[in-house]
Amino acid sequence: MLTKRIIPCLDVKQGRVVKGIGFKELKDAGDPVELALKYYEQGADELVFLDITASYEGRGILVSLVERIADVLYIPFTVGGGIRSIDDIRRILRAGADKVSINTAAVQNPSLIKEASEIFGSQCIVVSIDVKRVYTDEEQSTDKTVVKMENGYCWWDVYIYGGKQSINMDALKWAERAVKLGAGELLVSSLDFDGTKQGYDLILLKELSRRVSVPIIASSGAGDLDHILKALTIGGADAALAASIFHYGQYTVGEVKQYLAKHGVPVRL
Amino acid sequence: MVRVVVFDYAVGNLRSIKNGLERSGAEVLITSEIAEIKKADAIVFPGVGAFPEAAKWLSSTADPIKSFIASGGALLGICLGMQLLLTMSTEGGLYKGLDYFKGLVVRLPSNVKIPHIGWNTIKIRDYGCPLLEDISDGSLLYFVHSYYAKMSDVEVGSIDAETLYGVVFPSVISKGSVFATQFHPERSGEIGLKILKNFIQYIRR
Repeated sequence: MLTKRIIPCLDVKQGRVVKGIGFKELKDAGDPVELALKYYEQGADELVFLDITASYEGRGILVSLVERIADVLYIPFTVGGGIRSIDDIRRILRAGADKVSINTAAVQNPSLIKEASEIFGSQCIVVSIDVKRVYTDEEQSTDKTVVKMENGYCWWDVYIYGGKQSINMDALKWAERAVKLGAGELLVSSLDFDGTKQGYDLILLKELSRRVSVPIIASSGAGDLDHILKALTIGGADAALAASIFHYGQYTVGEVKQYLAKHGVPVRL
Repeated sequence: MVRVVVFDYAVGNLRSIKNGLERSGAEVLITSEIAEIKKADAIVFPGVGAFPEAAKWLSSTADPIKSFIASGGALLGICLGMQLLLTMSTEGGLYKGLDYFKGLVVRLPSNVKIPHIGWNTIKIRDYGCPLLEDISDGSLLYFVHSYYAKMSDVEVGSIDAETLYGVVFPSVISKGSVFATQFHPERSGEIGLKILKNFIQYIRR
C-alpha cells in the first residue's frame, strides 16, 4: 500500500537554514547538511531544499550545497529556488537532486513545465505554488474560482518571487494548467498560514485534491500533530511538508509518523 | 574490487546511484561510452529520464550489451532502466527496448494518481532472488514512475516481487544475471542500500 509522506523542508538563505512567518521575519535554524542528515536518520520520506531568495535576487542555486546534501541522503531530494531554464534543471539534477521545484519561472514561462517534463520526465518536475486568500463579497467571478467559506467567499491568488509579489491569478486554475503542462507533483504553500502553526489551509487542499490528478504536497502551517493528520485526511494531500516543528525540535519525524499510524494513516515507520 | 559501469543515457541524477553502489563496495564509472563495457563486471541502467531519449541511446548499443549479458555479465536496471529491458514501450510513442524480458511498458491505470510517487510495499514471490536476500515481504521502497512493465505470460518465472498501485505490477524481476527493480533502491534508505549490496555480492560470487 502506498504510504503518505512526511517531508521536512530546508528553507535556505546564504547557506543557512532559516524559518520565517508568512515568508518574512527569518530566523536562523541551522546548517543544511547537518539537518538533512538528522532528518534522514529520523525516517523522513523525502527532503525538500528551497533556496528561498535565489529567485528574488535573480541568481542560481548553490550547486555545491546541493551536492553536499545529496551525498548524505539515500532518500529522494527535491531542490527549488531560482530555477529558470532547462540548463538550470539539468545542473541541479546532475548535482544529486531527484526532482526540481519550479515556482516563479513556471508562472512567467509555463512552457518551461512542458519542455522540462518531456526531457526529464514529469516525475521530477514539481510545480510549487505560493498562494494567499483573497476574500470577496461576490459569490461568483468571471475569471476566479470562488469558494464559499464560513464567513463569506474567497479565491486564492498566486504569488511569485518567494511570496513577494501578487499576480492576480487564480491558483486553482493555475494548478490544473500546470498539471496539464506536465507537472508531476504540486507543492502548495499558503502565505496566510505559513509559520503561524495554526494548521494547513484545509479548504485549499480539498479544492485542489478534487481538481488535479497528481500528488499534492501540503505546505505551510503545521503547528501540531493533528494539523498534519488533517492535511493528509481531510485535505486529501499525499504528503505533508513541515519546517519549524522539526527545526526547533518540537517533534521528530518519527513522532509525527507514530501519531499518523495510530490514527490509521499508512506511513513508513 | 567489483567494477560497475553506470550508463549515462539520459538526463538526470546519477550521483545517488553512484554513491549507493560505492557504499556497497563497488568501483563506479559513469559514462555513455559503450566501449567501457569491456572493463566492467556489471552494468547499471539508471532510473531517470523518459523512455524515448534512452531508447535512442540503446538503439546503437544494444548489440554489445546483449553480448555482455550472454557472456555472463551482470546487469541491474532501475525504474526506467528496468523498462528498457522489455520488448517495447508505449511512452511518448512506440519505442523498442532491449527485449531481454518479453513484455510491454504501459501507462498506469487512470483510476490512481499518476505519477505513482512515494513509498510502497513489495510482495515477494521468489525469496530465492539474490537481490532480495534478507529483505522482508512487505518492505517499503521508493517508487516514482508513470509507466510499468507489463510482462508477457512467458515471463511469469521472471517476476520476483510485485506491487499494487491501481494494478499489480512487477517491482523486481530477474533472469540469469540480469536484475531489475521498478523502485529506486538508491533512494529507498537502508533497505534500498541492502538491495544494492545484494547486487554487488551476487557479482562477487
